Amino acid sequence: MTKKAYLDMELLRFTTAGSVDDGKSTLIGRLLYDSKSIFEDQLDAVKKTSERKGYEGVDLALLTDGLRSEREQGITIDVAYRYFATPKRKFIIADTPGHVQYTRNMVTGASTANLALILIDARNGVVEQSKRHSFIASLLKIPHLVVCINKMDLVDWKEDVFEDIVDDFKGFAAKMDIKDVQYVPMSALKGDNVVEKSENMKWYNGPTLLHLLEHIHIASDRNHLDARMPVQYVVRPQKVKGYEDYRGFAGRIASGIFRKHEEVTILPSGFQSRIKTIYEHEKEVEEAFTPMSVAIELDDDIDISRGDMIVKPNNQPEVSQDIDAMMCWFYDKPLVVGNKYILRHTTNEVRSMVKEIVYKIDIETLHRNEIEKEIKMNDIFRLKLRTTKPLFFDSYKKNRSTGSVVLVDEATNNTVAAGMLRDK
Amino acid sequence: MEKYYITHLRELESEAIYVLREVASQFENPVLLFSGGKDSIVLGWLSNKAFFPSKIPYPLMHVDTGHNFEETITYRDDFVKQLGAKLIVTSVQDSIDKGRVTEETGKYASRNALQSTTLLDAIGENKFDGAIGGARRDEEKARAKERFFSHRDEFGQWDPKNQRPELWNIFNGRKHMGEHFRVFPLSNWTEMDVWQYIALENIPLPSIYFGHPREVVHRDGVMLANSPYLQVDCEDKVEELVVRCRTIGDMTCTGVVKSEATTVEDIIQEVASTRITERGGRFDDKRSETAMEDRKINGYF
Repeated sequence: MTKKAYLDMELLRFTTAGSVDDGKSTLIGRLLYDSKSIFEDQLDAVKKTSERKGYEGVDLALLTDGLRSEREQGITIDVAYRYFATPKRKFIIADTPGHVQYTRNMVTGASTANLALILIDARNGVVEQSKRHSFIASLLKIPHLVVCINKMDLVDWKEDVFEDIVDDFKGFAAKMDIKDVQYVPMSALKGDNVVEKSENMKWYNGPTLLHLLEHIHIASDRNHLDARMPVQYVVRPQKVKGYEDYRGFAGRIASGIFRKHEEVTILPSGFQSRIKTIYEHEKEVEEAFTPMSVAIELDDDIDISRGDMIVKPNNQPEVSQDIDAMMCWFYDKPLVVGNKYILRHTTNEVRSMVKEIVYKIDIETLHRNEIEKEIKMNDIFRLKLRTTKPLFFDSYKKNRSTGSVVLVDEATNNTVAAGMLRDK
Repeated sequence: MEKYYITHLRELESEAIYVLREVASQFENPVLLFSGGKDSIVLGWLSNKAFFPSKIPYPLMHVDTGHNFEETITYRDDFVKQLGAKLIVTSVQDSIDKGRVTEETGKYASRNALQSTTLLDAIGENKFDGAIGGARRDEEKARAKERFFSHRDEFGQWDPKNQRPELWNIFNGRKHMGEHFRVFPLSNWTEMDVWQYIALENIPLPSIYFGHPREVVHRDGVMLANSPYLQVDCEDKVEELVVRCRTIGDMTCTGVVKSEATTVEDIIQEVASTRITERGGRFDDKRSETAMEDRKINGYF
């Protein structure tokens, strides 16, 4: 790879969910292997273990299932992160288990993804699990979905099988909020349409999976409209020569673009000022946009601390103490109305109280259940909370950074839930 | 909107800096674990950027096994001076002298595992509540499951089955008295990303990362740098070769590879074509299939 090439690569994060038999591990193994991201010593170790366990062939799942308990049980329990790169892009795979009891892991893997791979076994078509995975992708607002119709070798590479599944999925996807869906017929086992174009499915003129992953347009997925910077840390050198009066508000741009000399508003105080400098680390820049980490200096001496948010006067987030969110429950103790939790949102932290469980989603049928509302681990539900201090936020639909929260149990400090905020 | 995107290296940099600033905000007494290896050098470099123009608001700590490449120590002292940071050195020899650990004996003796006790003692003595480390998820399968903010109980133990879920970029560093966190800002970096970033930023490195003549010992398919700390017997083949280190750690278990690479660019080309993982040359990982998980549970880096 030339220096020019690697200095101009983009990062794409994608997630996959699946269980033992739908070929997910084979597919990931294929992507890693064909892009030369599996090393010989890793492959040797996996081969040895496969032989010892008496498996036929090489079980590529052993590459990702790293923990002792996972290897013992032969299942993926946690989210495993895998990496590979081509000369065009670097990829981060959040590989998650597919069963209902691991919904929380799927939600975790989906939270940072630009794209989700949905695996469908061509022999079975669109089943409940594929629907569930797509629902989670839509709930977490993953902008791109690639439906991999796998095991085409087992249906004699037939075009009509593929077309029927595509039609079926389209009917179902129409009910969900997904921007971009693409379909690829493939055989991960034989390698057809994963990295190399299939010789067996000449009727398919579309791109291979890897080609899609390398070319899907992701730069415009980010929110460049609503300028938001949650203040993370205040940099005050004081004793450093030449910077005695420097006071930089450091943080990662959550969305939008900030430019030097622009007017800004600070929340929650509502004070206005103008941007004096923007430093991207040691270098001064004219503008900053998501996902850059920067430090902003203002013209006026205003009291600003961690948890505050820098925005623009003519484009402000919602401000409220009443929060309405879609949540996923992570904890083995049930959620109870009246319970208090610490709510973390951007760099801010407030206390909150559970006011009402509006409904629970039946993850098998995707129906809303407004009657049986006991919330257990892995449940997805709509919740109303009241916070001790106002939160400044956007709906998750508009802004994945300023629209997301987690709840932390005060007694155990465990992260017990994740939430996607809704419009007021 | 075409121009509003940043490259993968800048995105990884921004993510790591975000994590470092979270550490400085969420913990009262953080520390950066500095081994003199390239990953911890990159962490020091990023820390310098994260709080610019201020000095780094946490000390660097080296857990010294006493079995060092001399170049690493010289580099460490220069680097720390250049950053204007505070350095703490805590030594495995002291732990041995105090009777906290027992030196391993025999041909395969290494102080690598003993570091965990020295590290945990130092964390306790200094009351550190957040220890930043350079571990990456691509290094090893147990590390692939590691969180950015990884909780350690009052015994310094990791509980891989009960890790806190980490979503978006919201990190939960809340803890009880006596507990601490290990934080890994380079979680999403690969070996290749680290080298490319070193090239992009022109970060100086210890000379042993580049090809140099050295006496090596061949042992169980791994080449180790020969040193007074290594027990060599007649079964070991010893020869002089031109080699470089892929990772730097305790001399008794860090392997070297044959390499003529003299520049970072040479190394990038070499990493691109290599078919063995970085830790493939680490003796400490070869002890069993879950060697890393087992050591991590007990407090290892």
